Amino acid sequence: MNRLNRDQMAERVARDIPEGAYVNLGIGLPTKVANYLPQERDIFLQSENGLLGMGPAPAAGEEDWELINAGKQAVTLLSGGAFFHHADSFAMMRGGHLDICVLGAFQVSVHGDLANWHTGESGAIPAVGGAMDLAIGARQTFVMMDLLTKSGESKLVEACTYPLTGLACVSRVYSDLGVFSVGAEGARVIELVDGLSLEDIRKLTGLPLEG
Amino acid sequence: MIDKSFDSAGAAVADIHDGASVMIGGFGTAGMPDQLIDALIARGVGDLTIINNNAGNGEQGVAALIREGRVKKIICSFPRQSDSHHFDAAYRAGSIELELVPQGNLAARIQAAGAGLGAIFTPTGYGTLLAEGKETREIGGRNYVLEYPIHADFALIKAQQGDRWGNLIYRKTARNFGPIMAMAARTTIAQVSDIVPLGALDPEVIVTPGIFVQRVVEIGRESA
Repeated sequence: MNRLNRDQMAERVARDIPEGAYVNLGIGLPTKVANYLPQERDIFLQSENGLLGMGPAPAAGEEDWELINAGKQAVTLLSGGAFFHHADSFAMMRGGHLDICVLGAFQVSVHGDLANWHTGESGAIPAVGGAMDLAIGARQTFVMMDLLTKSGESKLVEACTYPLTGLACVSRVYSDLGVFSVGAEGARVIELVDGLSLEDIRKLTGLPLEG
Repeated sequence: MIDKSFDSAGAAVADIHDGASVMIGGFGTAGMPDQLIDALIARGVGDLTIINNNAGNGEQGVAALIREGRVKKIICSFPRQSDSHHFDAAYRAGSIELELVPQGNLAARIQAAGAGLGAIFTPTGYGTLLAEGKETREIGGRNYVLEYPIHADFALIKAQQGDRWGNLIYRKTARNFGPIMAMAARTTIAQVSDIVPLGALDPEVIVTPGIFVQRVVEIGRESA
């Protein structure tokens, strides 16, 4: 079986982001997607701390710590980029102006419920940031995650057991083992990596998936 | 002649009292008004309710306020970070109260306060732990949570330039919460790199009009 590594997953997500899309890439794994967006395609990256038209990281020594992304890393601004305050930034999500956001997840349900902000462990300090706004605000929410936990449990589930980030908000799951659509109709396989059959993925997830 | 400029950060924060609610601009360290916060710490007041996106980074700003034991409650969206050790310790010791608010709801509630709205219905958080016990309503086939505005006695914000009428422009992503916090607090205090003469700021690009700002302190570019 030809399991995708993290860069290959990012490349796969990037392929589905069309020219002209307004896109927010979540903290962590989704930020890698930016590395694979073709330069000839005009794609507008939004960062919820207040910029649109985000460019790549600056050269070492060129950092401006008042020009950062949501992960608090130094970034650059493309020509034509813009700055704005937080209420405008979240209006871009909630108001349905943002086309796509790509988020990581602990679990996604077959109906598109998302759990990605809190493990629910007692004693864990909760932090939510913009996850709940992004999840329900963007027109399409893509999740990028390993399909299985380290102990082999499926993160694509019938119903989430972790605390929810948003209800029925995810439309697509990009994983190391395949791409899935989720939503009102349930989960469906869009593609599987080479060497993995529909029967295999049913066993791994415990879900009655169809192609 | 109206002149909202103050000679020092200490003078600008001199009436912030024990138990005050204080909005503090900044996303992480970008836009954090460190000099105003240092002046607030030097005043020695405590029992503060702080509204900020985070709960302090490293040793400066909100982190220093928490370290000094001045914060009773913090309203924020993202307290837990790699360098939020002062908050983490206070939280685990039970010495600080946390109200966790999704970032967009935080912005919307602050904006609602500034705009004089009684409450807002927001879709964010519906069906989650953070909406538990809150009133909900279905409007046009979508579910919303009733959230109330967040007001504050004071806002401490950082801008790039200001004038003696309190007009402000910001720098890059340091803008973040500044414009909406300026509207939501009874007294807004801005630290700026430069105070410029009236008319020097292009009226077409002023982000925060002076009506929302009561005090301006020039900090200088080196330290700002």
